[in-house]
Amino acid sequence: MSVLTVLAPGLLTTVQDLGREGYGPIGVSASGAADALSLRVGNRLVGNPEGAAGIEMTLLGGQLQFSQDATIALTGADFGATLDERAVFQYSSISVKAGQIAKFGPTRSGARAYLCVRGGIVVPEFLGSRSTHLLSGLGGVEGRALRNGDVLPVGESTPLPPMTTLSQKLRAGAAPRKTIRVTRGPHWKNFSKATQENVLRQTYVVTEEANRMGIRLKGTQFELASGGEMITEGVSLGAIQVTPSGQPIILFVEQQTTGGYPKIANVIAADLSSVGQLRPRDEIRLELVTMETARALYREQENLLASWK
Amino acid sequence: MKDLLPRTITFQPASDQSLLIHFGKTISLNTHRQIVRFLKLLESEPVEGVKNLHPAYCSMLVEFDALKFGHAEIEALLAPYLGRLSQVRLPAARLREIPVCYGSEFGPDLAEVASIHKLSLDEIIRLHSSVTYTAFFLGFVPGFAYLGGLPAELATPRLASPRKSVPAGSVAIGGNQTGVYPASTPGGWRLIGRTPLKLFDPTVAHASFFEIGDEVRFVPISAEEFARMAAR
Repeated sequence: MSVLTVLAPGLLTTVQDLGREGYGPIGVSASGAADALSLRVGNRLVGNPEGAAGIEMTLLGGQLQFSQDATIALTGADFGATLDERAVFQYSSISVKAGQIAKFGPTRSGARAYLCVRGGIVVPEFLGSRSTHLLSGLGGVEGRALRNGDVLPVGESTPLPPMTTLSQKLRAGAAPRKTIRVTRGPHWKNFSKATQENVLRQTYVVTEEANRMGIRLKGTQFELASGGEMITEGVSLGAIQVTPSGQPIILFVEQQTTGGYPKIANVIAADLSSVGQLRPRDEIRLELVTMETARALYREQENLLASWK
Repeated sequence: MKDLLPRTITFQPASDQSLLIHFGKTISLNTHRQIVRFLKLLESEPVEGVKNLHPAYCSMLVEFDALKFGHAEIEALLAPYLGRLSQVRLPAARLREIPVCYGSEFGPDLAEVASIHKLSLDEIIRLHSSVTYTAFFLGFVPGFAYLGGLPAELATPRLASPRKSVPAGSVAIGGNQTGVYPASTPGGWRLIGRTPLKLFDPTVAHASFFEIGDEVRFVPISAEEFARMAAR
């Protein structure tokens, strides 16, 4: 069987697919690629179903060796990848020879880079997904980040042909945004008028506490007009929750499934992948849109992806 | 559509791909049972395009495919389910027993909880293991059940600053709730004991030891029994 051997793991490298659905009643969040768009595009470039498992690298990439000839694609942030010391292009399908080593360095753009390989990474599924859920130690390789010496099995390729290079239009459409669009959260009205006005005017800085569970932002203090801690309820992906510190956290792919803090806003579906590319010290702004606009933007993004044939 | 709904039930959009359904404003067993009925009904007659359900004390968060539905459409699809809740018969709750070694290194906060309430360690243990709790829902992390029914004398505020890491199996009190941490995670509840049981195992068919609606009792065990059970 064809395998990928981890020669150096990088900062935080995990196996991810599009996550596990339907386990909310037992407290399991979906997990899955932090930048799902990049994983989906990478999979299509190598002729995989969009939801095949690939490798997600964070801020600093590692080194991987291929046991057999393979077809791969690199998407997401630019980690200055090389193949046997030769620079390789992102966003196109690349042929790799048996024994070659792919090396990744520090990021030159966003937070996360993806490596997809034709056939997908076929670690065992847990609860219907190969995604690593670090917090609970399940999925991927033993529920943890990859280490030196890990051997990742590559699956049989499907009959889908690899795609050619991504068009500029599609690449631009999937490019990460620094102005993140949000809808009003369930507790918008609990916040003071001043906070409601300020939420959209201010610039936020992404703190060092930015991971797959959540992204803590630093901005002007948020003020509640009423109610501090609420009765614990389900929290949605991308919810912007305000803790007693007065600072916001964007709940992300490995989020806790329920929580008791007020949620002022929620990142729209179309911008979740952009959140996955936020790095510590990045500056972002929030833009409020209606539910209708949010849906239209999501449809537009999906149509753009579907138009790539 | 609205007249199909019991009056206490309201809808609130939570995001462009999720809807909060509120079943009441206060925590009660009646509200809890309504939520369990709704969950069971949706599990036996799934709605295509509903991706995930997050039951909680007084609400259910429904995550749906936003390419398929807007909020109005998903509300219209779910209203008939909500209108049928009174017809749903719930099976008798399962009783789940949790062996617990209280105090010492297993429950580093037991002494402080006792001193806050001016009770002896034994009285805290007796009170905590004297009642039957209800698993109102599972949330926070995989397999964590929010257990209601804590004797009022034991209600204790959460720690001012949460621990970065709590040992797996820790039995804890947070406000007027109790619970067991299934895995080593950060946690702000007060640790009074530990169970040797594994509460979440994704490699078996029923990954979670608890499920919503379970009745739960804690059974005190010695450190020797803990060691024996943990070795199994």
